[in-house]
Amino acid sequence: MDFNDTPEEAAFRAEARAFLAANAEPKSRARPVLRLGDLGADAVQRCKEWQAMKCDAGFAGLTWPSRFGGREASPILQVIYQQEEDNYAVPRGLFEIGLGMCIPTMMAYAQPEQLDRYVRPALRGEEVWCQLFSEPAGGSDLAALRTRAERDGDHWIINGQKIWTSGAHLSDFGIIVVRTDPNVPKHEGLTFFFLDMQSPGIEIRPIHQMSGASHFNEVFFTDVRVPDAQRLGAVGQGWKVSLTTLMNERLAVGEVHRPDVEDLLELSRTLTLDGVAAIRNGAVRERIAEWYARTQGLKFTRFRSMTALSRGQTPGPENSIHKLVNASKLQDIASYGLDLMGMAGLVMNDDSAEAYGMFQQALLSSPSARIAGGSDEILRNIIAERVLGLPADIRVDKNRPFSQVPTGSR
Amino acid sequence: MNFDFSDDLKQLRDQARRFLSERSPAKIVRQVLEGDEPHAANLWDAMAEMGWLGAAIPEQFGGAGLGYEGLCVLAEELGRALAPVPFASSAYLATEALLLAGSDAQKRRLLPKLADGSAIGCLALAEGTGNPDPDGVRIRSVGGELSGSKWPVMDGTAADFAIVVARDERGEIALLLADLTEATVSRRILSTVDPSRNHARIDFAASEVEKLGSQTGWPVVQRLLERAAILVAFEQVGGADAALEMARNFALERYAFGRPIGSFQAIKHKLADVYVAIELARSNAYYGAWALASDAAELPLAAATARVSATEAFHLASKENIQTHGGIGFTWDVDCHLYYRRSKQLALALGGPPWWKNRLVELIEMRNAA
Repeated sequence: MDFNDTPEEAAFRAEARAFLAANAEPKSRARPVLRLGDLGADAVQRCKEWQAMKCDAGFAGLTWPSRFGGREASPILQVIYQQEEDNYAVPRGLFEIGLGMCIPTMMAYAQPEQLDRYVRPALRGEEVWCQLFSEPAGGSDLAALRTRAERDGDHWIINGQKIWTSGAHLSDFGIIVVRTDPNVPKHEGLTFFFLDMQSPGIEIRPIHQMSGASHFNEVFFTDVRVPDAQRLGAVGQGWKVSLTTLMNERLAVGEVHRPDVEDLLELSRTLTLDGVAAIRNGAVRERIAEWYARTQGLKFTRFRSMTALSRGQTPGPENSIHKLVNASKLQDIASYGLDLMGMAGLVMNDDSAEAYGMFQQALLSSPSARIAGGSDEILRNIIAERVLGLPADIRVDKNRPFSQVPTGSR
Repeated sequence: MNFDFSDDLKQLRDQARRFLSERSPAKIVRQVLEGDEPHAANLWDAMAEMGWLGAAIPEQFGGAGLGYEGLCVLAEELGRALAPVPFASSAYLATEALLLAGSDAQKRRLLPKLADGSAIGCLALAEGTGNPDPDGVRIRSVGGELSGSKWPVMDGTAADFAIVVARDERGEIALLLADLTEATVSRRILSTVDPSRNHARIDFAASEVEKLGSQTGWPVVQRLLERAAILVAFEQVGGADAALEMARNFALERYAFGRPIGSFQAIKHKLADVYVAIELARSNAYYGAWALASDAAELPLAAATARVSATEAFHLASKENIQTHGGIGFTWDVDCHLYYRRSKQLALALGGPPWWKNRLVELIEMRNAA
């Protein structure tokens, strides 16, 4: 056992470090960059500039074919780049979904000339993509979606509503899964397309989240025309295509969330409990120890996945544990931080709150971490079914035409 | 990144798993649990023959020289099989004490015996209720003679000799080597929550002892506990994994309300949480294995982290295994209680969770201050 890179990995890491050192600002631990509100016009511009620079230097789309500007590198190099980039405060938040999910789906299903048209501009950050999956009636049960597409010659006409679409208002294109046949069981009646977000009939409204911020959108479709040539996969095969997209979601590298256990430790050194520093309190120490052990456990689980990647193996469903553990840990640490602050724990003002209000902000934003990108419950199902081999749920909607599946009033 | 065991060690793991599933089935665990023997002697002899007892003992002292990663692999399988043998006492604690503190002559005299199984060693630390603490060590040796009591001592009646944590003439903490077969030593088997592992009260009455090496002070005890904690963490992970597998298999076979109970989310989500706890513990144990094998400066922190994680995982896995089984899981005849008992035995053997959690934070504070 060791934590050493192979010679090829070490050479790549050195190259990535040199690029980042020359072009980006190191992150400051003392004052973390918190992504709170929406990306403003300035931030969008910075994201695009950074992506273009990264692409020109050869660090974007590392695993992609060289004809699209990639290096055809092993996924381990992607992880190594991410590890190094995590040490820098680079502009983020605009391309993760497009490059991590939309374009890989395109690569699996689009025509060669479409790939020639769309992949490079996406990789260089010139065009932004979003993913139109969730609906009011289809969250964890994604295949229950109701947005419909009807054929009209060599076009399809889309009507309905998507929700929780990150960056829809900043996007040039989107991938979408819709219902094309309500008279067959739900998974069989779906079809997948990509579309131009400027198409007439698309209306985008930001969602005002409980945290006060607006990261996500509702997207309404009224008679939106999409050419049949933009269909990805066969008619009725939309579920299979969606799984390709969601597969890519699981490869995403664990992001560092703040406040973390080190922030809590620091906080408990500065606060007083029963006349002494809170860190001297046995109950506080036990909680810190438990969160530290979980944090380290995740870190070394990631190292084990990296080892598998480095040996050419594909990470499997066991990777679901990262988000499952991280999301609750974030929420619990944030909540406990406020508890330690006592009566002033509720204060959020940047200038008077402890730790710049980081704990309060996380308290209000962390519930989304347990829902987005696979809720805690769905992740537990994945682990139970795909890792432990327990039976799938009995599905009362499985063999019924979708149009006859019972629905609630909401 | 090469954060996994080598193919050779994975092969060793597979061999060990096959061997133990044949030689240490639940029937053998129950023989010790329900009988008078302090351990499964036949199993122990077979382990000695395969060279496991001296896995981490250098070849110059009669060991197999498999190294610590090899020892970790074996520990996981012994934990999985709930092997009722004094491996932790002899192969981790006594062996490590000799390697850490013993003089060359003591190593030459005792390590070959530990390696071939002709002697069993144990660690006598506790003096009744409490966690590891220098202030809790009151037993004293004067003029090479030791008097006082130690309890509970894991494998205390199975062992031939003990490494006794005691005070020397000057009141310093010292490790003493005591022959437990001497007439001045009396031993009594203690009734414990896990009778599948032998525990004793040992009374010394002016018993002849020799000092292990020349070191004194608590740090060597601390180091010993840390090194053993990593190996015990592998046992805990193995035991937890077996408990989860048992629960999973039952959940597939048992039908209620017309379907396997494993198709209910109440069961699926519970077992998913157990799986998560085990994976975190396993990853922390791997880091411990790396620290042991490379004698890294991070070893104390790695050990405390591995211990906290593994104790939590085994506790969770063993109690939820009973819960998944329902009423039948509470019977003597079903093996759920064997894991539940062992999880608590291992949780307490080197000091309980609150002590280790406190120690973990102490180590984080020391690291951050450095």
